Parts: sequence; structure tokens; C-alpha cells
Amino acid sequence: MNSMIKWVDDRFPLMKMWNEHLAEYYAPKNFNFWYFFGSLALLVLVIQIVSGIFLTMHYKPDGQLAFASVEYIMRDVPYGWLIRYIHSTGATAFFIVVYLHMLRGLMYGSYKQPRELIWLFGMFIYLALMAEAFMGYLLPWGQMSYWGAQVIISLFGAIPVIGDDLTLWIRGDFVIGDATLNRFFALHVIALPLVLIFLIVAHILALHEVGSNNPDGVEIKKNKDANGIPLDGIPFHPYYTVKDIVGVVVFLFFFSVVVFYFPEGGGYFLEHANFIASDPLKTPEHIAPVWYFTPFYAILRAVPDKLLGVGAMFAAIGLLFFMPWIDRCKVESVRYRSSIYKINLTVFIISFVVLGWLAMQPATPTLTLLSQVFSFLYFGFFVVLFITSKNEATKPVPDRVTS
Amino acid sequence: MSTNNVDTGRRRFLVASTSVVGAVGAAFVAVPFLSSWMPSERAKNAGAPVEVDISKLEEGRMLTVEWQSKPVWIVKRSAETLANLTKNDASLRDPASENPDQQPPYAQNENRSIKPEILVLVGICTHLGCSPTFRPDIGAADLGGDAWLGGFFCPCHSSRFDLAGRVYQGVPAPTNLVVPPHKYLSDNVILVGEGEEAA
Amino acid sequence: MKKLITLFMVAVMVMPVAANAAGGGAKLLDAPIDMSDKESLRRGAKAFADYCYSCHAASFMRFNRIAKDLEMSEDEVREMMIHTRGKKGDPTKIGELMRVSMTDDYAKEIFGTKVPDLSLTARARGADWVYTYLRSFYADPYRPTGFNNTVFPDVGMPHVLWSLQGIQEPVYETVTHGDHEVEQMTGFRMAQEGTLSSTEYDVFLGDLTAFMVYLAEPAQLQRSSLGWKVLLFLVVFFVFAYALKKEYWKDVH
Repeated sequence: MNSMIKWVDDRFPLMKMWNEHLAEYYAPKNFNFWYFFGSLALLVLVIQIVSGIFLTMHYKPDGQLAFASVEYIMRDVPYGWLIRYIHSTGATAFFIVVYLHMLRGLMYGSYKQPRELIWLFGMFIYLALMAEAFMGYLLPWGQMSYWGAQVIISLFGAIPVIGDDLTLWIRGDFVIGDATLNRFFALHVIALPLVLIFLIVAHILALHEVGSNNPDGVEIKKNKDANGIPLDGIPFHPYYTVKDIVGVVVFLFFFSVVVFYFPEGGGYFLEHANFIASDPLKTPEHIAPVWYFTPFYAILRAVPDKLLGVGAMFAAIGLLFFMPWIDRCKVESVRYRSSIYKINLTVFIISFVVLGWLAMQPATPTLTLLSQVFSFLYFGFFVVLFITSKNEATKPVPDRVTS
Repeated sequence: MSTNNVDTGRRRFLVASTSVVGAVGAAFVAVPFLSSWMPSERAKNAGAPVEVDISKLEEGRMLTVEWQSKPVWIVKRSAETLANLTKNDASLRDPASENPDQQPPYAQNENRSIKPEILVLVGICTHLGCSPTFRPDIGAADLGGDAWLGGFFCPCHSSRFDLAGRVYQGVPAPTNLVVPPHKYLSDNVILVGEGEEAA
Repeated sequence: MKKLITLFMVAVMVMPVAANAAGGGAKLLDAPIDMSDKESLRRGAKAFADYCYSCHAASFMRFNRIAKDLEMSEDEVREMMIHTRGKKGDPTKIGELMRVSMTDDYAKEIFGTKVPDLSLTARARGADWVYTYLRSFYADPYRPTGFNNTVFPDVGMPHVLWSLQGIQEPVYETVTHGDHEVEQMTGFRMAQEGTLSSTEYDVFLGDLTAFMVYLAEPAQLQRSSLGWKVLLFLVVFFVFAYALKKEYWKDVH
């Protein structure tokens, strides 16, 4: 066995990669619950790719055939129903995992110098993931698929001068139709997955280049032993491979509960209206985007002007890119930051969740007002952070990790 | 971090056993994905047996039906035709239908059929898959004159078969035409695609 | 006072409160279904075959699937459901999809609209909607079919089950909204008895609704039985994985 490995290693940087990224990649020993979500995101990516590949073996990306082909998968293909539920649950799981992963970054200052690029790659991954999910959602060609896409694509029409031509170009037709479906299929199945994979590799390489942060925000490379190994570091393999396996099993347990017992997720994972074939002549009563887009949709709806609403929605995502520079505090982890920051962050998280809920309600005057209040609070997070972080009253950060 | 007093035996056991459980899990996960390649209900239905009503089939005529996207011929042969069959034997490759792949056991007889007068064949030449033409006309000049006692002629490479679907020597086709599994649901109704299981 | 009480009791006894006069968004009743009761599903299949399948297709479902899942013989299903032949006059295979011969044009002419396929209705609208809908037809002389429906106002579908349920008439009450009075529908009153009592009709609808829920997702009968095995495996795997983690992390202080 060892001679086979040596044969490869003489011709390919096998052991070099193994050591650099696993056996001799020293990660802080105090990773907690919040540090599971990176490897879980990788797991969900694999789950989506495998289940997605098997779905494309039976799905038909044609306006006349698409809806029926999904029912064909659900009924006629052996275990097709299981593969479909894995993929639909996986989409929701991806966003739960990614949002918690991003929250970890916010809490522990993982975006701060020298990790800004990791954060930027991560934000691009988030954008690519949203595009991937949006395009995937069109494919079942149900009422929600069709009308959700209609609404979102028409947002681009708000852009002055080029808006209408742009939407015509995106759709490939005057309305959403077969042309749109086919190109979204190509983008969803191969183009965006390739982009995602490239970005994820870049994300991990950037991480390994500078080393992982930790819940205390302590730089472990500052304290090394005689061999140059961080005192608070442990090799990723075997310690975190073994720990992440436990995380994977627990995740798969909850994942399976949903797949086998609640695949519709109360109408949030598989929306009821999408079990009706798309009808260009009839709009469903309530169009709401899938749950993972809802906070941004609420912001869009809160602004009375169409173009400004689009701008606000993109700004809500765009501001996150600039976190490394908006947050001017030198202390990384929330554990050693001021109460102002803790309150600010808490209000931000609450606003995000409440905005999500608001997006799913009809736009009554009261609820629209509430959406405006919480949108204000959402944007307020960045403003308050920028102002207060420069001279923030932080606690002293320890030299070595605590837990 | 300390790696002293490491119970390597326990570690090896745990790694091995967890790997085994994991491998079992991976195998379980593979099952639905691999199964999804098996024929779907739609494919199974399309390939399902077909009922054919032969009450209106006249002697000397042929009826063609589709089964599993293949043409299936049903020919009503006269007593004279049946009597002629033995005359061909010397010029045939497999007169006794000894090749078991070309017909079910109940068609491995002189007439290659269940009821002597009703011939059921898959209408695909065993050479390269063209569908031969029905040439019941005895003494056809282009097929050898008096020597031709009726049968099937494949236009692609000139293979010839008699009225029991048996292949002649000296033609490219290697084997007799296939008799599909079939059975009689009643005197006039044949179920093509499903035969009586051997007792 | 007495009259008021009587009216209230009649409304409560005969039918639950329906939607306001504007129609739509009627309060939905809980559908009394038990998906584990195969006998109920079989009765529902028969009800579907007898009353729905002549106009409504279930074109994502195959006959033999019903036979397999509901533990009926293929001959039973054939007798219950297959009454037509294929295009060339050949007998319909038991593995065929449950289509109907009514064309959209014909349906538009007779009913004013296409007859929807029922394969996924229970999933798109919910079991409670289907159950309440089938219970909520009432006599309305202004409608071409003579019936209207509080759950689906101005529906084109006739009250196919009228002979079983009987004929309901709406009960109106004058209600004050702010500063004006409005005639509001508050319930139903049985004007003509059907062959089934109210309880029997509820059971009948429960069976039919259950069958429609099954129709929308036949895999649900297998989902749970596979599910607990997966969860059990994961619990076992967790025990090993956790022991492995604990063992290695003894090194880390």
C-alpha cells in the first residue's frame, strides 16, 4: 500500500496536500458548535450535486414536459420520490447551514484582517447560491416557480434605460417560457455549480493560507512551541475529521426527519402552490419567495418606489460584503466586545428573522409599516457598527484560548 | 496536547468499527440511487404484454402488432403450409429449432408454435435488425421459383426464413426468427409478451 | 330570544358556520382522514371511481399502483375503474395512466371551464380544503348547475354527490357592519335529505378525501416505514462516531 502511495506521491503532490490541509493543518482547539457549519455546508453541496445529477437523468427541461416529468420522478421512477425530497430538503438545509455559518463569522469577527478575502469569497458563494436556488426553483414549472420568476426577473426592469431590454434578454422571450426554462436548467445544472465549486475551493484555500479564527478571536500563531506548532493548535486530522463526523451524523438525523416525515415543511420547503402546473393566465393568490429569500423580499416590498426598493434589496446584501471595513473594532470575538455591539448584533438578527416572517404575510398597511421599521433596524446595524466600532469599549483579549 | 498513554488498540477498534458502520450506511444510501436506474413504471407499462384478437385473421394472412416497440407477426397458416414445412428441412440452418434462445420451450416443435396454424414471431431479422417482408407467395420467381414454399425475405441483406420463421442456409442471418413468449387467453385472444411458466 | 336560540342551534347542528357573503376563504373543517386505514382508502378509491373519474382525470396515477398500494387485485381495480379502451380499441393495460376522454373544449362548452386533473389537488389545496369543499355545496338558482359552493364561489362543477348528501340551502342572517346592515350567510339548512345521513356522508367524504391525499402522493405510504429504519441506523452510527471522537479528544486539553 505504502509503495503505491509513494508511486503517486513521486508524481503528484498527494502527501503535500494531505499534510498541508489535513494532517498538519493546525486549527484552534477551541472550536465550538458554531464551527460545524463549514463542513456541513460542504456535505450539503455533495448531497445536492449527487441528488441533482440523478434528477437530471429523468427530468425534462421543456415547458410542456417539465411539470409532468417531476411527477414521473415522484411516482414512476424507483425511489424517485426519495431523490426529489433529498434535493428539495437539501436546498433548504443549504441555506440554514450557510446562514448559521455566516452568523458564526459575524459573532467571532472571522471576516477581520487577515481574513477579509475568505469573507469576500464567502459572500460571492452566497450570491452564487441564491442564484442557483432561484434557477433551480423555476425547474418544477409549477405556479410558484413561474410567478416567482416572473416577479424577480421583472425587478430588473426597474433599472433605468436598459431595464426592459435586460429583462427581455434574461428571459429570451417576451414572457417567461420555454426559452427561459431551458437556459435556467443549463445554468442550474452545470454553470453555477462549477462557479460554486471554484469559489468554495478558493474559500478554503484562502482560509488555510491564514489559518482559522476561533471563538475567542485569539491568534493561535502568536504562541508556538519549539517545533513551530501553535500551542493552542491541533491537527485538523484526526481531531476535527473525527468531530465533524459526529456533526454530520447529527445533521443527517434531522435531515432525514424532514425528508421522511415532513418533506413539505408545512409548505415552506415545498410550497403548496407549486403542485399546480404553471398557468401564464392565472396568478396565485399569495406570491412569496421561498423562505430563504424572504428577509430581502420584505425590504424590497417595504420601499414604496420600485427602483429604490430594488436598490435597497441589493444594498441589504451588498453591505455585508463590506463588513471587514465597516467593523473598525480591532477585537474579533463578540465575547470581548461591548454591550452596544452585542445589542446591535442581536437587533440585527431579530430584524432578519422578523423581516423574513413579514415577507410571507400579505402587504397590509400595518405590516408594511412594520417592514419599514425592521428594514430601518436592519440597515441601522451597519450604521451603528461603523460609528461605534472605532472607539469601542472592549474587554481585554486573552493571550491563549480559553474554551 | 498529549499523545502519551494512547490506547492504540482501542483507537484501531473504534476506527475500524465506525468505518464498517459508515460503509454499511454508504451502501444503504447507494441503493435508492442505483435502483432509480431500473425500468420505471412507465417503461414497464410500455413493455407490458399486449392482447391480440385474432378472430378476424384469415388463412394465409398476417397481422402485425407492436410489443416493446418491436413488430410482432401473427400468421394464420393453412394445412398445406404446415405440410410443406418439412420439405424445407435440408436447406435450413436449424430445422429442429435446437437453439434455445430463439423460442420458448412450448414453441420448440415442428411448427414453432402453440397452435399449429397460428405462428407468432418477432418481426426482426436476426442478422442486423431490419424487418423482413412477408412473402407467402409460393414459387416466387425472385426468391428461387419452385424452391420457394413461402416465408419471409429481408430486403437489407437478402436473408430468408420459411413459414415457421426458420432461417435458410447461405444467408447472412445466423439464427431462426425469435418466437416471443405468448399464451392463449382464449381461442381467439393471444397475450403477447407473457407465456405459460414451465410446470 | 327563543327563536334566536333555535336558529343558532339549527345552524350549529346542521352545518358549521360558512364564509361571509363575499365568498371565498371559507373556514376549513378538519378532514377526518386516517391514512393508515387501507379499508378507508379502498372505499375512497371506489367513491372516486364512481363519482369523480368520469369527468376528472388523475393522469399522473397508474391503475396498478392503486392495486399494489391498497392491497387489491388487479382484476378488482380493473372492474372498479377501467371502463374504456385504448385509442385503437385495444384493452387498457393495468399499468396505464388514469386519463379521461373528455376534451378541454367539450368541458369549456358544458361547464364553462376545463375540468381540472385531480392528481395533485389534495397537495395543492390541502385535505381540509377538499373535505370542506365537498361538504359545502348549496342550492343556488342563479347558477347553471343549480348549486354554488362557499369554499369555491361560482364553481363550474355540479354537485355530483347531491343524491348522497341531500340538498342544502343557505341560511342568512342580518348582521351589522359598522353603520350598515348586511345579509350574511351563516350556515346551511338541509332542505332535502339524501340517501346518507350527515354522519355517513362525513365518513364517505373522509374516505374520498383520504384517497385523494394518497393520489397526490402515493409514496407517503412507504415514506414513514423507510424513515424510522434510517433514523435507527443513524442513532447506531452516532454511538460509534461519538465514541471515536471522545477517544481521540482525550489527547486535547
